[in-house]
Amino acid sequence: MAEFRLPKNSRIKKGKHFDAANGSSNTKTFAVYRWDPSTGENPRVDTYEVDMDNCGPMVLDALIKIKNEIDPTLTFRRSCREGICGSCAMNIDGGNTLACTRDIKDVRGDVKIYPLPHMNVVKDLVPDLTNFYAQYASIKPWLQSRTPPPPDRERLQSKEDQELINEPSACILCACCSTSCPSYWWNSDRYLGPAALLAAYRWLVDTRDDATGERLDELEDPFRLYRCHTIMNCTQTCPKGLNPAQAIAETKKMLAERKY
Amino acid sequence: MTNHDRPLSPHLSVYRWPVTMVTSILHRATGIAMAVGFFVLVAWLFDAASGPEVYAVFLGAANSLIGKLLLIGWSWAFFYHLSNGIRHLVWDSGRGFEKSQATFSAWFVIIGSLVLTAAFWGIAL
Repeated sequence: MAEFRLPKNSRIKKGKHFDAANGSSNTKTFAVYRWDPSTGENPRVDTYEVDMDNCGPMVLDALIKIKNEIDPTLTFRRSCREGICGSCAMNIDGGNTLACTRDIKDVRGDVKIYPLPHMNVVKDLVPDLTNFYAQYASIKPWLQSRTPPPPDRERLQSKEDQELINEPSACILCACCSTSCPSYWWNSDRYLGPAALLAAYRWLVDTRDDATGERLDELEDPFRLYRCHTIMNCTQTCPKGLNPAQAIAETKKMLAERKY
Repeated sequence: MTNHDRPLSPHLSVYRWPVTMVTSILHRATGIAMAVGFFVLVAWLFDAASGPEVYAVFLGAANSLIGKLLLIGWSWAFFYHLSNGIRHLVWDSGRGFEKSQATFSAWFVIIGSLVLTAAFWGIAL
């Protein structure tokens, strides 16, 4: 059942303010969600005034600057800083995206930064993705073939066959889409969510895969697949410009077509 | 390490609603509203079948300001749910999933349902 209010231990308190403008006239305020597991206190939102004349262009640049120069306790995940690893996924200015590809200039007013929505917080901007990864594993994201590969070469594909999986296999599993989905917020224990369903679709349309029937059997469930109500938040928010909503619709079509 | 006191990150209170999210929750809300409206529809038919005195009571309630507002609301709920239902039908065929298309169809359904409601009451009155 949907629980709209945050539990008591999750309600956000007012935090500290850090003025690091250094007298600069070109500043931007970053309001960042903080939670420290060692204190037992509720989460809070700290605000940091950052000198934009000495800061890179992306939100991740600002977060790294804050951690390096203002507050070393700030915790977040990051790695590639070029939108391919998916580590720095967070809620910025009301939408889920990658901090490394989100331009600070595109945010009007203060930059509000929260962890990915409706997730258990490990610390600050780091959410617990255990369930998300388990759901990905549950769709068996590997090739299931009944025939041996040719002895002298790889399993070759036509250009057209490859194009079927081009887009869905570009997913970086950053979890922006799943954690933007209200259906996933209320039912992540049973609904697979857009990321896992996009991955499932990638194997359904792979012409080398022979387990299409079993894969569809696994998905044919009122919760696992059909909790998608085409709210479209997944497609609207995907930082890679992918379309999980369409993949889910195509999966529903495959299920309808094999029945009738 | 497991910490059972981990807070839940904020969701509804921080998420900026795309228009497609608005159309989705409105579809559910108008569906519920119409389910309630069916009781009024039954009352209308029941009162009409029970003779002029009983029907006059129903007409009195329906013609009051609150009655009129409710009837306009229910007619909008009907037109909205119908238009957005057709949108869902198109989606079920696998079409209209591009971001620009979904955003356009959302606004189209919202404005279209308001136009249909206005036209309905223009003809009815």
